[in-house]
Amino acid sequence: MPGLGASFGRGAATTAQWDLANSDCVLIMGSDMAECHPVAFRFVTEARRRGATVIHVDPRYTRTSAMSDIHVPIRAGTDIAFLGGMINYVLEHNLWFKDYVVNYTNASHLVRDDFQDAEDLEGVFSGLDRDQRQYKFASWQYKGHPVMPALAEHYVQSSEPFTQHVGRLAACVSPEECDPALQNPRCVFQVLKRHFARYTPQMVSEICGCSQEQFLQVASAMARCSGRDRTSAVCYAVAWTQHTVGTQMIRAASILQLLLGNVGRPGGGVMALRGHATIQGSTDIPTLYNLLPGYLAMPSVRDPHGTLKEYLEAETPPSGWWSNLPKYFVSLLKAWYGDAATRENDFAFHYIPLIDDDYSQEPMMLAIHDGKIKGFMVLGQNPAVGGHNAGLVRRGLAQLDWMVVRDAYETETASFWYASPEVQSGDLDPKKIKTEIFFFPAALVGEKPGSFTNTQRLVQWHDKAVEPPGDARSESWFVFHLGRRLRELYRDSQDPKDRPLLDLTWDYPTTGTYEEPDVEYILREVNGYTWSPDWKDRQLVKSYNELRDDGSTASGCWLYTGIYPAEGRNLARNRTPDPDWNPGTHLGWGFAWPSNRRIMYNRCSADPEGRPWSERKRYVWWDEERKHWVGYDVPDFELTKDPNYQPSADSTGMDALSGTSPFIMMADGKGWLFAAAGLKDGPLPTHYEPLESPVVNKLYPKQQSNPVAGIFPRPDNRYHKVADPDFPYVITTYRLTEHHTGGIMSRWLPWLAELQPEGFIEISPELAAEKGIKNGDWVTVWTARGEVETRALVTNRIAPLRLNGQVVHQVGMPWHFGYQGIARGDIANNLSHISEDPNSRIHEGKAFTCNLRRGRKGEYR
Amino acid sequence: MSVQMRRVASEEPAGPAYSTSAPETKGEAVLTAGVKIEPGTDYGFFTDSTVCIGCKACEAACKQWNQLPMDHLGLTETSYDNTGELEATTWRHVDFIEEFPSHDGGNGGGRNRWLLLSDVCKHCENAGCLEACPTGAIVRTEFGSVLIQQDICNGCKYCVPSCPFGVITVAKEQDGIAHKCTLCYDRLKAGLEPACAKACPTDSIQFGPVIELRERAEDRLRQVRQRGQSDAYLYGVPGGPGATGGVGSLNCFFLLTERPEAYNLPAEPELPSRRVLPATLTTVGAALFAGLATAFSIYRAAHDRRSVEGERR
Repeated sequence: MPGLGASFGRGAATTAQWDLANSDCVLIMGSDMAECHPVAFRFVTEARRRGATVIHVDPRYTRTSAMSDIHVPIRAGTDIAFLGGMINYVLEHNLWFKDYVVNYTNASHLVRDDFQDAEDLEGVFSGLDRDQRQYKFASWQYKGHPVMPALAEHYVQSSEPFTQHVGRLAACVSPEECDPALQNPRCVFQVLKRHFARYTPQMVSEICGCSQEQFLQVASAMARCSGRDRTSAVCYAVAWTQHTVGTQMIRAASILQLLLGNVGRPGGGVMALRGHATIQGSTDIPTLYNLLPGYLAMPSVRDPHGTLKEYLEAETPPSGWWSNLPKYFVSLLKAWYGDAATRENDFAFHYIPLIDDDYSQEPMMLAIHDGKIKGFMVLGQNPAVGGHNAGLVRRGLAQLDWMVVRDAYETETASFWYASPEVQSGDLDPKKIKTEIFFFPAALVGEKPGSFTNTQRLVQWHDKAVEPPGDARSESWFVFHLGRRLRELYRDSQDPKDRPLLDLTWDYPTTGTYEEPDVEYILREVNGYTWSPDWKDRQLVKSYNELRDDGSTASGCWLYTGIYPAEGRNLARNRTPDPDWNPGTHLGWGFAWPSNRRIMYNRCSADPEGRPWSERKRYVWWDEERKHWVGYDVPDFELTKDPNYQPSADSTGMDALSGTSPFIMMADGKGWLFAAAGLKDGPLPTHYEPLESPVVNKLYPKQQSNPVAGIFPRPDNRYHKVADPDFPYVITTYRLTEHHTGGIMSRWLPWLAELQPEGFIEISPELAAEKGIKNGDWVTVWTARGEVETRALVTNRIAPLRLNGQVVHQVGMPWHFGYQGIARGDIANNLSHISEDPNSRIHEGKAFTCNLRRGRKGEYR
Repeated sequence: MSVQMRRVASEEPAGPAYSTSAPETKGEAVLTAGVKIEPGTDYGFFTDSTVCIGCKACEAACKQWNQLPMDHLGLTETSYDNTGELEATTWRHVDFIEEFPSHDGGNGGGRNRWLLLSDVCKHCENAGCLEACPTGAIVRTEFGSVLIQQDICNGCKYCVPSCPFGVITVAKEQDGIAHKCTLCYDRLKAGLEPACAKACPTDSIQFGPVIELRERAEDRLRQVRQRGQSDAYLYGVPGGPGATGGVGSLNCFFLLTERPEAYNLPAEPELPSRRVLPATLTTVGAALFAGLATAFSIYRAAHDRRSVEGERR
């Protein structure tokens, strides 16, 4: 989640779902929250019961819109224009929270003189290399002192060593570098003002397709419900991330929330609703190719990461919390390699492979298709349905030598070789597919113990209720025993390249007939302990403050430290809610990283002097008598740092951050209105059209789409032209309450299958009339990538939009369905393309173009 | 609770660790619904349509707990409603009613709505099905609910047309006998709230003693009206719409914002037994009339014949 990381310091939702009940206004955008997060939506319902205004901005009128006070339909993919309009509205009408913005954000920092904004360069920022499709970031830096981002990829292109700037980073007192009056034309605040000045209500209306009145209704509601006494929250989900500008959509929301003073306060924040259960956990302890546990950067050949020393020098900022990085990194190496990780051998740093390319999901599917990847293990995923340009993905599976699928049912991925549309059409011949497929039955959640880390960073433990049936086993069993068997096979190897496998600490105790690894021991390792080769002698650490960079401690993920602070105390098991919702932070329920905090950056809930902004929004404050931060939550600040503390010229680490620097993960302790580093496509969000769009970019006619978006133009992944007459309609894909992602957990279950029994496409009555389509008719939809047939659901819930006189039709398809299970339908992702947001490497499944006609696939047009 | 009274959190998590559940004796409903379930009290549902998100968790939870089969697979082509109606194997049904007076993205100022409501057996004060049942299979339970005893029902179907709400049908393809919502009788016996209410994520379905629920509903109604929904009303409370025609009040009642017919609910439900006397009188009257008419026509015919004969003479 680089959007949140670059703005606030941690790539995670800033708040917890239940705190939404304290909101005065909830803006839901890029999310169909009531449908896709119905349990979290409980708290939005509660806020509305208490009088909050709920707003849904979305291309479709959904079950969320039905529960909102205001629904504004916009064209899919134009969210930055809408949010930019709100930022402009707030600045223009002087509705921003002055005391908050001046003290807690980087509004006053001056930007380098050679920085040029998109407004100066017709849609791009300074530093663009068009041929390489990438930016050089140096000119985006602060004037006088470069800063590192609080993201895993710390390395920024700068010739200046950071150590020269120690102590000056947060203080920012020199008028050459900072203007607290916010008047200097080079200060972030003025840069921001100029950047968004043309995002007027009229521009919003012409780009997004909503009326100016609708836009103003939303902007004024948010502004009215923000300030000392009121707070507004923004909720988003994967409908923001799945764009070539997804990260910048989240940035735009972050900027808006900083300007309104809504971050780190009760009822405020940016609620990142994750795509499914424990997806937050799968980035904390990542399944990503470029991260190590706890958001540590994976070493790369492209950065100066040759040795541990070089890596730590490049990645450790001199100020802010990340100055502790060496402790976390060495403790991770110690947890993995134990006695084989010594000071002499750089704590086995060289065991960790260096990445040399983009191995994220979409390029991986292309590499499989092109025969560069020979084997594929699929655990808890269904890429034949969920992969983009899914026809290409399935044809790619036939190029593999072997594939392992572990799941509860024989998924579309496991059965592509005999049941896929490519086999039906004769494209693939089962007799000629060489892929050897191993299908393993997987245990489901009630059949294994373990934990979930959901949206609100809350780790909740669950026990096993029943034994899994037959040969079904847990993932931890599979991975643990695979590791055991591999180590056995290599036991006598003298080859140095086999050492990382043989030196792994792979000593989890097992239980039961099937030798299930005891997952609470994995949690102990994640938490961390003093290093000893023997479990008996390992002392659990209570906090990440105890971790060391000398090899004396080991921790599998520093961020989770404290979750298992003592023998027998697995805090993820805690189940004590606050009695009568008092104080309502529920610190006794589960464990939320970091350090069990529920609202992050909660120093912001007090004014610069440490007093609550208002009684109504009291949360964390400075107790002058005790000289201690106190409150309803665990303070996200050094507990005894006085609000008036100022760093001295030679302060380093946390001492370099003042008493009014609430964003402790940032090198300067401030919320970043302007992202001086950390993002690949610009320090400020800019409206670009989706890769495929029916219109020319109204704001920047010379820059249609994100200039550094990842694109993969090839015959089997063709993109449509701008305003392509062959593909005139905007299509968006989405999910339904009744089904779960690729459908494995729901389409095979009769009770859910009957509730949404087959695929469909939602079409407005106007477009249906134009195309001669009646409700329930078969419709064929096609793009340059593929073709599907599905049933028409003609509904007023989708309205044609008028953009400056031009009528734009939008259609929508749920993407759950496939050719297996009980509830079936053609795969919507056959239509989508492979492309990437440059920061998160996520595809653009939420906005592309298509054509459609009445009738089934083979029928005469 | 007032903000000032809020407890300041210590650095350690509040409360004891490892507290996982309340003592068994109180019953789970104490935790999940704040209700101790006791025989002799009338229980029911207050279903608040203004907070229903149409997630159908109630439908799925009902089918799972009661082990009801999937009964229909295919699009009904009616919004997101692929269930259609309450029947022998579907005891909860969510209505999806799309009302779009201004179809231009809301620019016309009309109020666009997607009305959502989870419908269920009303467990009427005076239940038509119970009155009609000739075998005594349908009874009033100790929880005030109306229950079809599966081992006694003989599938005569008298109850089917006797329900003013069309709730009951017979499971033709399964066992040929009548089925409907039991208010989770087995769960109530065990101190658990009904499965649908427990699963409802927004508390649109609230379970509790009917008397308490009515108070809660009146409060909620006031609140909803204050916020501008002046057309909101309660369906099924004593004296109100839905509690007409001898049905009495409904143990399972609703907060609605559109006329009852929009949700496929009768505006003025009536007990079939109410129609027995008028129907009898009508029948008797009709029989009398028919008899007299016949007698008269025979008389006329005889008279005519005599006249004709007389003329011939």
